[in-house]
Amino acid sequence: MFRHMWIFLHKLASPPHFYGLAAKMIPWFYVSGLLLIAYGTIAGLFYAPADYQQGDAFRIIYVHVPAAYLSMMAYSIMAISAGIGLIWRMKLAHAVAAAAAPLGAWFTFLALATGSIWGRPMWGTWWEWGDPRLTSELIMLFLYFGYMSLRAAIDETSKADKASAVLILVGAVNVPIIHFSVEWWSSLHQGPTLVREGGPAIETAMLYPLLGMILGFTLFFGALLLARVRAEVLHRERRSRWVRNLILGESA
Amino acid sequence: MTELLSAKNLTVFRGERCLFHNLSFALNAGESLLIQGANGSGKTTLLRAVAGLLDLEEGEIRWRGFSTLAHRQAFHGEMAWFAHSVGFKSDLTLLENLRFESGLRSTSMGRLSAVLDKLGLTSLTQLPFRALSAGQQRRVGLARMLLANAQLWLMDEPLTNLDTAGQDLVVNLITEHLQGGGACMLASHQAVGLNSDMQRIVLQ
Amino acid sequence: MTEPANPTLWQGFAAVVKRDLLLAYKRPGDMLNPLFFFAMVSTLFPLAIGPAGDQLKLLGPGVVWVAALLSVLLSLNSMYLSDLEDGSLDQLILSPQPLPLIALGKTVAHWLVSGFPLVLVSPLIAITYQMPTETIGVMVVTLTLGTISLSLLGSVGAALTVGLSRGNALLSLLVLPLAMPVLIFGARTVALAAADDAVSAGVYFLAAYCMLALSFAPFAAAAALKISNE
Repeated sequence: MFRHMWIFLHKLASPPHFYGLAAKMIPWFYVSGLLLIAYGTIAGLFYAPADYQQGDAFRIIYVHVPAAYLSMMAYSIMAISAGIGLIWRMKLAHAVAAAAAPLGAWFTFLALATGSIWGRPMWGTWWEWGDPRLTSELIMLFLYFGYMSLRAAIDETSKADKASAVLILVGAVNVPIIHFSVEWWSSLHQGPTLVREGGPAIETAMLYPLLGMILGFTLFFGALLLARVRAEVLHRERRSRWVRNLILGESA
Repeated sequence: MTELLSAKNLTVFRGERCLFHNLSFALNAGESLLIQGANGSGKTTLLRAVAGLLDLEEGEIRWRGFSTLAHRQAFHGEMAWFAHSVGFKSDLTLLENLRFESGLRSTSMGRLSAVLDKLGLTSLTQLPFRALSAGQQRRVGLARMLLANAQLWLMDEPLTNLDTAGQDLVVNLITEHLQGGGACMLASHQAVGLNSDMQRIVLQ
Repeated sequence: MTEPANPTLWQGFAAVVKRDLLLAYKRPGDMLNPLFFFAMVSTLFPLAIGPAGDQLKLLGPGVVWVAALLSVLLSLNSMYLSDLEDGSLDQLILSPQPLPLIALGKTVAHWLVSGFPLVLVSPLIAITYQMPTETIGVMVVTLTLGTISLSLLGSVGAALTVGLSRGNALLSLLVLPLAMPVLIFGARTVALAAADDAVSAGVYFLAAYCMLALSFAPFAAAAALKISNE
């Protein structure tokens, strides 16, 4: 059983195999992701009822929540890949971490921007330091910047891989602590609405589009990540025989 | 008898370039190995990889039959490293620098005065390391090698910055070390004047 | 002649600490500069904001903590730099002592040279910000725990960036976000003390964080050092 899994993982980790497999998977991710996003957008904007307190302003959660969720998700993916890359010296894992970073940073920025726009009607200001989630996201953005800057500062890919992997693992230990401390630090905040004991607190007509958006964003993110890892693999393996064959075969 | 040091199928990349591929060698007690090659051919890289400063792409290095990766500390306890930057603090005196070594590794401080005498450093012990000439600084590096109870010497360009007398001294020290059952691996672009039958690896 | 055994872990640790303290003693400027910086930054705030006592009282804890954080950051860059440049790092990595232990020794020395003096000077600055005496005690405790954590976190950042061009700016970018919890709990706890509120939660958190950093940071720093020295 374990043997089979090991063989499967090894095969997956071989760059040419991954390159081919990812190419087949990407369209499925794109199509299903975009379909779900379309559903979420239409249902969320036109069919979900307005919030009794926030009015139509709440509808920004259909972008804000998936973006915030993905900013964490991308970081977790990077941390897990970095761990795999360091422990089992799997180069593909490092490529995944490197490829995920700009996506994670982008979704973090999106979460910040939408959060700030949401804050305008809610708090009357574009930025409210008292909100722990916005502050956490901001620190998260700095963590992404640090990761990408460290990578950019090291010329040699294998060295950049290992150094940035150490950084992301140290960061991963810290992220929950940062969230906890920011939570403690602020008092002015809205409690978590989605996951709450005794079921979600929001109405199903609002909830389903949100779940659709979260899943859709995740699939879309998956497609982007796979495409970026493919490009990264191609770049890293540019001197290898299989890439040569690939390019020559395509041009012939 | 197992070899003291053995390397199998070493492959090391520096960035894009593969410096060597499937390199194997073995070193027994009393033997020495000279790595030769032009500048940039990877002599230093090979030496650093053997010492454990660099990750190997592929291959394995064994010390007394045990993988140096898994038994790092045991290997390093029996190895001494001598490189272009000798690794002493310029603000500390010669003596302070050598005393620090004795906290890190097994060091025969009882032999200190004899070793300093042999290397012609006795009158310099209280000087800050920075005040020494390049050749004298190299000699302090040699003093560390002699004080450390290391069976394996790894030396990167041991003859640079030394006058003829200094070069002869290095050659003599290595010969003595080999006669005492030690082993030595050197990287040099000069032919080291050792008349023993040295193994050679020439890197392209 | 019998060969002396390898030094014990404690001897190795002590040798590293002793060497770095000796080096700091021979170059007192490296030790004093962050201290002056700490005092200067603390002076800037009243000059920029105005001498009103109430305001300064309110700002005091935050200012002292931000100044401490920046001052520790300033001293981090040199932590491993000279060791890399003169080849000592090779010797340290190739010594039979475990590298995390050596990294811990260097971190302890760094704290004794940069964090500890800062803790000693901080009451003077607190007085100029008109902090009450009881608050100063809490501040010293939190700063002690906090600067130890910062030295530990910083050792990882310093090990990751040593030898990189533009390493100094990068170091801040890497360490500052990670140091947020220390800043938050440190400064807020002092502020709570100033408001006569309960401080134990903050102090416990800082102590716990310090322990966590103590158990992880030396290993991360050791891994980073090996990578940076390749």
